[in-house]
Amino acid sequence: MTEEIIIAGFGGQGVLSMGKILAYSGITENKEVSWMPSYGPEMRGGTANVSVIISDERISSPILQNFDTAIILNQQSMDKFESGVKPGGLLLYDPNGIIRHPTRKDINIYTIEGAAEAAKQKSSKTFNMIVLGAFLKIKPVVKMENVLKGLKKSLPERHHHLIPMNEEAIKVGLEKVKAVQTL
Amino acid sequence: MEEIKLMKGNEAVAEAAIRAGVDAYFGYPITPQSEIIEYLMTEEPYKRTGMVVLQAESELAAINMVYGAAACGKKVMTSSSSPGLSLKQEGLSYIAGSELPCLIVDVVRGGPGLGTIQPSQADYFQMVKGGGHGDYKLIVLAPSTVQEMADFVELGFELAFKYRNPALILSDGVIGQMMEKVVLPPQKERLTDEEVDKLYGSWATTGKKKGRERNIITSLELKPERQEAHNHHLQNKYKKIAENEIRFETFNCEDAEYLLVAYGSSARICQKTVQLAREKGIKAGLLRPITLWPYPSKAINKLADQVKGILAVEMSAGQMVEDVKLAVNGKVKVEHYGRFGGMVHSPDEVLEALETKIIGG
Repeated sequence: MTEEIIIAGFGGQGVLSMGKILAYSGITENKEVSWMPSYGPEMRGGTANVSVIISDERISSPILQNFDTAIILNQQSMDKFESGVKPGGLLLYDPNGIIRHPTRKDINIYTIEGAAEAAKQKSSKTFNMIVLGAFLKIKPVVKMENVLKGLKKSLPERHHHLIPMNEEAIKVGLEKVKAVQTL
Repeated sequence: MEEIKLMKGNEAVAEAAIRAGVDAYFGYPITPQSEIIEYLMTEEPYKRTGMVVLQAESELAAINMVYGAAACGKKVMTSSSSPGLSLKQEGLSYIAGSELPCLIVDVVRGGPGLGTIQPSQADYFQMVKGGGHGDYKLIVLAPSTVQEMADFVELGFELAFKYRNPALILSDGVIGQMMEKVVLPPQKERLTDEEVDKLYGSWATTGKKKGRERNIITSLELKPERQEAHNHHLQNKYKKIAENEIRFETFNCEDAEYLLVAYGSSARICQKTVQLAREKGIKAGLLRPITLWPYPSKAINKLADQVKGILAVEMSAGQMVEDVKLAVNGKVKVEHYGRFGGMVHSPDEVLEALETKIIGG
């Protein structure tokens, strides 16, 4: 099994930490992982993205051109990465703020109302965990118990009291994900 | 069980340095390697091992602090990215001339000038051929994984002290910024002056002992006869390093008809290219130099007898390719491919270059 994922959105949406939690979950399951962020000016506002690979084998190139899964969280990222999804792959996106929806016919498309659900939860910070939950519902590449371990490892101890809230957010994602187009 | 951590290449270097019992780190921040000094500042190793971490006022100051500490036999290091390393070249030449061990890390970004902060491999000439003045060599190690970023700290110091020569880790923005699994070495104690004397010979300026000559660390010798003799001594040392310390790795070379030569993150990308090529029925192999100086010329020359063509792949306009050509010495066609200026080639682009420049060319 090799899952090549890109997560892309605005800086501050928790794109990089979502990738980190996935990577930590992967190593908890003894898988090979790589996490390659966009770094530099994007981090200070504008788009941010991270490529995460989870695999049973040694990972060669950490840089990806094509993805099994693209998790898209803003319009710029949709414009940039829709075409990079492998045929038969998955595109998961939050429709909030999206004007040009995906048009590919050869991929699976799902939506998650992450921003809207986070607003309901009265915590924008759980946004990325809602999206992560949605992804894991469609593709359980790592076990939920290991995601919670990954969450614990990637959060500094002073934030550990927030884990139950994040766990709750993942559950919201699991429930609220919607299929738009399945092959 | 060994503890597996998920770390950035830069963080792995920093933690490995603490665990290697490094005495001091002097640096100045620059993207894409600032996590090294940030990690050290956050970890406060002066509390753990007594290791000094200092942000100098400039790159020039940092490299000269390294020079001073190395002269005292200390295990000392610095790190920077390309423009910062340009500033450090004068110091490196002095350190090499004075025959002092130390470790330098270059997390390369696109140039020339301030260039870009994205990954590049265009510092090969500067580091491997000597960016400073005079006939000197750095021992250059090229990690291609986060694990090697950690491992080469200890290896770098080992070689540096063994030969009294600066060693350099030539990395790039990909390996520095990416996170992977890493198993860290156990904590080593920092060495005392006496232990350094005992292990590596009594050359450091740690105070003159009774009954031995004064130890002098200098790169200055105004008498040309003596400076020539010093240069002969250096060249003999470099010969010995070249005989004993070449490191490389091959991947699918046994039956290869076409060879890729690549180091660092390019080697990772080329591994994928080899897989893609073999799926298409092209028998491709990869040789990854681990030491860039000394260079695995003999191994490449030997493979040149077997293969029909060689593609040197690097994120530069063509630097290492010159060493491949020297190694091959005209036996087979050698071409260069690479994106540069901060762009990273994809495995598919490398495959296309192999097909057009070597197989079809």
